[in-house]
Amino acid sequence: MKTSLLVLAAAAATLALPAHADTLKKIKDSGSITLGARESSGALAFTLGDGKYAGFHTEMAQHIADDLKKQLGLAKLDVKYQVVTSQNRIPLVQNGTVDLECGSTTNNAARQKDVAFAMTTYVEEVRVATKANSGITSINQLNGKTVATTTGTTSVQTLRKHERATGIDFKEVFGKDHADSFLLLESGRADAFVMDGQILAGNISKSKSPADYKIVGEVLSVEPIACMLRKDDPAFKKAVDDSIKAMVKSGELAKLYDKWFMQPIPPSNTKVGLPLSEATKQAWANPNDKPMEDYAKK
Amino acid sequence: MSNWDWQVFCKDTATGDVLAGCMGSGQDISYLQWMLSAWGWTLSVALLALLVALVVGSVMGVLRTTPVKGLVFLGNAWTELFRNIPLLVQIFLWYHVLPALVPPLKGLPSFVLVVLALGLFTSARVAEQVKAGIQALPKGQRYAGLAMGLTLPQTYRYVLLPMAFRIVIPPLTSESMNIIKNSSVAFAVSIAELTMFAMQAQEETSRGIEIYLAVSVLYFVSAFTINRIAHFIEQRVQVPGMIGGGK
Repeated sequence: MKTSLLVLAAAAATLALPAHADTLKKIKDSGSITLGARESSGALAFTLGDGKYAGFHTEMAQHIADDLKKQLGLAKLDVKYQVVTSQNRIPLVQNGTVDLECGSTTNNAARQKDVAFAMTTYVEEVRVATKANSGITSINQLNGKTVATTTGTTSVQTLRKHERATGIDFKEVFGKDHADSFLLLESGRADAFVMDGQILAGNISKSKSPADYKIVGEVLSVEPIACMLRKDDPAFKKAVDDSIKAMVKSGELAKLYDKWFMQPIPPSNTKVGLPLSEATKQAWANPNDKPMEDYAKK
Repeated sequence: MSNWDWQVFCKDTATGDVLAGCMGSGQDISYLQWMLSAWGWTLSVALLALLVALVVGSVMGVLRTTPVKGLVFLGNAWTELFRNIPLLVQIFLWYHVLPALVPPLKGLPSFVLVVLALGLFTSARVAEQVKAGIQALPKGQRYAGLAMGLTLPQTYRYVLLPMAFRIVIPPLTSESMNIIKNSSVAFAVSIAELTMFAMQAQEETSRGIEIYLAVSVLYFVSAFTINRIAHFIEQRVQVPGMIGGGK
């Protein structure tokens, strides 16, 4: 009788445990936080080799970790990095391997079913890069041309939607990563490369002769990029958001933007040269975690 | 498992709406249709490459066992060249480097380049097996054929190869199954095959587990079908008294 009561009590205790994650407690108990790191997401997040990670969002995440340390009253917070890819970033955040992923993850409605996002800190615009001498100035001139984009990115779907909506018929080729897609444009296998503006700008600045390429035409899609964290953890989300808001207020975030997008950055010491866009300014001024679909409605 | 969502395959690839009957028409296609077309690309690349591999590999394997030193060198050089460079690197060489050196190659679609790259890579492995099969035969067989007055090609055609090919059916089966799996590298040069479908569709739908499971099943089914066909051939061509025959 006693044992069955104990079992019942144990079962009740298990059930009573909060269903949501408690990342702050986990960070406090373990004295460490694991940040998701990207190896080549343009100036947003990239690796310098040797387990070192840099970039606008990477450095922002380090500031967030500092603020968390202060908030939790920890003497020391061990910041660990776990490399993530487009394929595994969501499962790794869900299962607790990664606590906070600040890279180049687009906040969209499908993902919001699995994870939560901090306030949008960068608004990406999908654009078209072509050779400067190609005479192409708009996506509508791509009829019958070959267009490159990168496998495993939202740009592929953007391109497909655009193709169906306008009836323009172009041939798509897919690079396995951004460098590969840019090579397709460089070697003439593709007439245009459709991708996130900052990735295009970064690849052009790193190319052999940056003057040979230009970013043209209309914005094909607007995508809010934000840090990704576990769903149903309001305390952690608030802590992260507060930290970012403080950075916006103090001008720290603008400084970081300038450092990574306007100044020469490692490893090649070239400038991306992409001024702060109106859309990103708006997102900073009105903190929100609206998905991409809300941007499309406007 | 409770949160699996198999409906994802019925969704339209542009709008994300679930299509009635899982199949769209005209420009609207569902992820299921896309996956089947990707399966078609995988099979086309793999089977054509297998054809190239078997033909070229057999020729090179035979050359390596002839008494002519020049031909042996050619066969050996071929085998070592193609099996000592990683497959993915070979694909890139065919796609980016060779067309830069040989301009007419630029006009070839990437599908042809991948079939050649995968086929020639595998031909080196087939050559190795064919050579092993021929060398497994007692030397006396070759001498007997030549002593009968057969020319060297006739000796190969009527005495050596019928036995050698029967010996190497099992390793060739593995190689044929490998080529299905190796065809996944074709995604790197923009062939819309299963691996590329998996990477792209999981990104668009966020249903990676369902998509990778379905793609794994298709790879398994394809490779296993090859295995069964090879097994059937092995049974049919058995000759009692020969190696592996009359069990």
